[in-house]
Amino acid sequence: MSETYAPLGGKLWTKPFSILFTLAVVGIALMGYRFLFGIGAVTNLNDGYPWGLWIVYDILVATGLACGGYAMAILVYAFNRGQYHPLIRPALLASVFGYTLAAFAIVIDTGRYWNLINIFLPGTSNIGSSWMVEVAISISSYIVVLWIELSPVMLEKWNKTKLRRAVHRSMFVVVAFGLLFPTLHQSSLGGLMIVAGNKLSPLWQTDWLPALFLLSAISMGFAVVVFEAIFSATVLKRPYEQKMLSKLAWTIPYLLGAFLVLRWVTLLANNGLSDLAFNAKGIMFVIENLLFIYPLIVLLSKANREKLTQLFYASISILLAGAVYRFDAFLVGFDPGGGFVYFPAVAEILITVGIISIELVAYLFFVKRFPVLPVLKDA
Amino acid sequence: MQVDRREFFKILSAGAVTMSSISTVQARTATALPPDAEGVLYDATLCIGCKSCEVACKRNNSMPMDHDSYEKDLGVDGVWDAPKDLNAKTLNKIQVYRNGKANTRNQEVDGFSFVRRACMHCADPDCASACPTTAFTKDEKTGIVAWDKDRCCGCRYCQIACPYNIPKFEYDKAIPLVHKCEMCSHVQAEGGIPGCAEFCPTGATIHGKFTDILEEAKRRIALQEGAEYPYPVSSLKGVFRRTSDKDGSFIQDEPQDNSFIQRRPVAKYIDYIYGQSESGGAQYLMLSAVPFEKLGLPKPGFSSAAARSENISHTLYKGMIAPIALLGGLVFAAHRSSKSLESEGEVDHE
Ligand code: SF4
Ligand code: SF4
Ligand code: SF4
Repeated sequence: MSETYAPLGGKLWTKPFSILFTLAVVGIALMGYRFLFGIGAVTNLNDGYPWGLWIVYDILVATGLACGGYAMAILVYAFNRGQYHPLIRPALLASVFGYTLAAFAIVIDTGRYWNLINIFLPGTSNIGSSWMVEVAISISSYIVVLWIELSPVMLEKWNKTKLRRAVHRSMFVVVAFGLLFPTLHQSSLGGLMIVAGNKLSPLWQTDWLPALFLLSAISMGFAVVVFEAIFSATVLKRPYEQKMLSKLAWTIPYLLGAFLVLRWVTLLANNGLSDLAFNAKGIMFVIENLLFIYPLIVLLSKANREKLTQLFYASISILLAGAVYRFDAFLVGFDPGGGFVYFPAVAEILITVGIISIELVAYLFFVKRFPVLPVLKDA
Repeated sequence: MQVDRREFFKILSAGAVTMSSISTVQARTATALPPDAEGVLYDATLCIGCKSCEVACKRNNSMPMDHDSYEKDLGVDGVWDAPKDLNAKTLNKIQVYRNGKANTRNQEVDGFSFVRRACMHCADPDCASACPTTAFTKDEKTGIVAWDKDRCCGCRYCQIACPYNIPKFEYDKAIPLVHKCEMCSHVQAEGGIPGCAEFCPTGATIHGKFTDILEEAKRRIALQEGAEYPYPVSSLKGVFRRTSDKDGSFIQDEPQDNSFIQRRPVAKYIDYIYGQSESGGAQYLMLSAVPFEKLGLPKPGFSSAAARSENISHTLYKGMIAPIALLGGLVFAAHRSSKSLESEGEVDHE
C-alpha cells in the first residue's frame, strides 16, 4: 500500500483562477498605497483600536486555519496513526501558504517594519516578558520548518534524489520541531491579550487564554483537513476519502469538549457572565458558543461521522467557531474606552481579500504542477 | 504500537511535571520605584482650565498645533490648537467634566471640573512589558518611561497594553512614530522641570521627587475643607524659570522667598490619590473633588496586567525547560512513527 503522489495537471488559467488573480493584484496595489501613505490611509485603525482585521484575520484566523498540517502531524507522528499519512501533504501545503502569508501580513501591519529585526536581536528583544517575542520567534521558525517539510514535494519534481534522501533521513527531527512550534505560538497568540487587562471584557479575558487558543487551533486544524478533503474532492471531481475522514472525526468532539469545559470553568471562576448583556458582545458570545456546541453534538454520534454532509457542516461550524472566538477575544470583546470605535475600511478588507487570493492562487498552482495529492488507485 | 503510545504519554507527562514545578518559581512582582524617582502631581481642585500646560508641552516637545476633524474638514489647521483628546501631536490634554448647570467648580452635581491627561509613568508599565523590541524603557534613576524610535517596530502592542490609552501612533505617516509624554526628560536633564508644571499658574500641576509628591498628596487629602493652605506653584523645590529662551538655561528661586506659594481655601477632596495604586502604581498622581471615574479616568485594577501576563509567560518559558522537554518527547515520537511508517511501507522508499 505504498503512497504515491502526482501533480493534478490540467489548465491553470481557469475562470476562478483569473478572478483570484485579479483580486490578488488589487490587494497588492493597495499594499503599495499603504507603504507610501501610511497605515491610516487604507485602514480605520486608530489609537484606541490599534489592531483590527489584519491582525485578527490575516494572522490569528489564518494561522488557525493553517493548523491542518499541525493537527495531522499530531495524529500521524505523536500518536503514531500512520493510516492518515495521505492527508498530510495537502494539509501541509495549505499550512505553508497560510503561515508564509501571515508573516507577510505582519510586515504590512507594522508601522516600522525595518525594525522588526529588533524582536530577534539579543540586545533589544524583550524575550521572556512580551508574548509577541515568543509569537514572532516561533512563527518564523515554523515557516522554515514547513518549507523543509514540503521540500520533498519540490525535490521529487526536480529529481534531486540525493538531497531528497538526506532530507528524508533527518525528517523526524524536523517533524518534531513542526509539532513544537505551533504548540508554542498558538498558545502565545492567546497570551497576547492577557496584558490588555480589563480593556478586554471578562467574557473573554482569562489567564487561560493560551490554553484556549491552543485547543481551538488544534480543533480548527482537524476541521480544516476534513473540510478541505471534502471540498477539493467535490471541486476537483476526485473520489471522497470518506472512511478516513470519519475515522479522523472521532478526535474532534474530545477537543471541543475540552475547550468548552475549560472555557466555561474559567468564565464562571472570573464571574465573566456579569458582562453578558443584549449587545454586540453578548450576541457574538452566544453565536460563538453555539458554533462550538453544534459540531460537538453532531460528531458525538458515529452515524453522523459517517455521513459526508454532516462531517462537512460540522467542520464548517468548527472553523467559524474558531474564527469568531478569535475575533471576539481580540476585537469584539476589546473596549479601550474613550469613545473609540472601529470597523474595517474597504481598502483594509480588500487587502485581506488580496492576501487570501494570493494564498489560493499559490495553492492551486502547486497542486496542479507539483506532486502533492495522493494518487488514488482504487478510484 | 500501543506500548509506544503509552511511552509517549509518559514523556509528555514528564514535560507537564517540569512545567508545573516551574510555576512555583518566585512570582514576578513590580519592582519598587528608585529613591530618586521623579513625580508630577495634578490637583484638579486648583486647575482653572487655562491650558498653559498644553502650550508649554507643545513648546517643550516641538509638537505642531492640532485640530479635530471637524475644523480640519473646514480647512482650519495649524492656526490654533484645539484637539479633543490626546493624539500623536498632543502629549498632554486638559479635559472638562460638566454636569447639569455646571456652575460650581469642584462639584459633582451641577458642577464642573477639569482633568489633565498625560502618561502616568507607571511603576510597572504595561507598555514596556508588552513591547517586543524594548522600545519602551523605564529609567533606572528617574523612573521616567521613554520610547526609542530606533527600536520600535510599530506593532502597536503598547497601545493594546496601556490601560490609559497613552501611546499614540502616527497612522497618517509612511514612517510613523509613537508619541507620549516623557516627563520632559530632556528639559530635566538640563536642570529644568516638566513644562506642564513650570507654566501652570495655579499650582494645579507641580513637579517634585515622587516621595515628596506622594507626601504632599497625602497631606492635602487630610486637610479640612475651607481651611487655608499654602499651595506651592510649579515645584515643591521652588520656582524654576528659564533665564531666557535663547541660552535655554534655568535658574531656581530659592524656596525661602515664598513667591511660589499661593494661599487658597481647600476644596472638598475625594479621599483618594489616583495613580498611587492603579495598575501597580504610577509616578503621576491626581487629586480631585469630583469622583475620578466621572473625570473619565479608567479603573485598571491595582496590580498591573504586565505582572499577570509575565508570570504566565515565565511559567511556560522559564529557562526554556518545558519547551525543551516537550521537544525531546516529540523527537522520540516522530522518530518512532517515521520508522513504523517505513516498515509498513506506507512511505515510498527511494
Ligand atoms: S501610562 Fe501607559 S504609556 Fe504611560 S507608562 Fe503607563 S502603560 Fe506606559
Ligand atoms: S509600537 Fe513600537 S513601542 Fe509600541 S509595542 Fe510595538 S515596537 Fe514597542
Ligand atoms: S511632562 Fe512635558 S511632555 Fe509630559 S505632559 Fe508635561 S509638558 Fe508635556
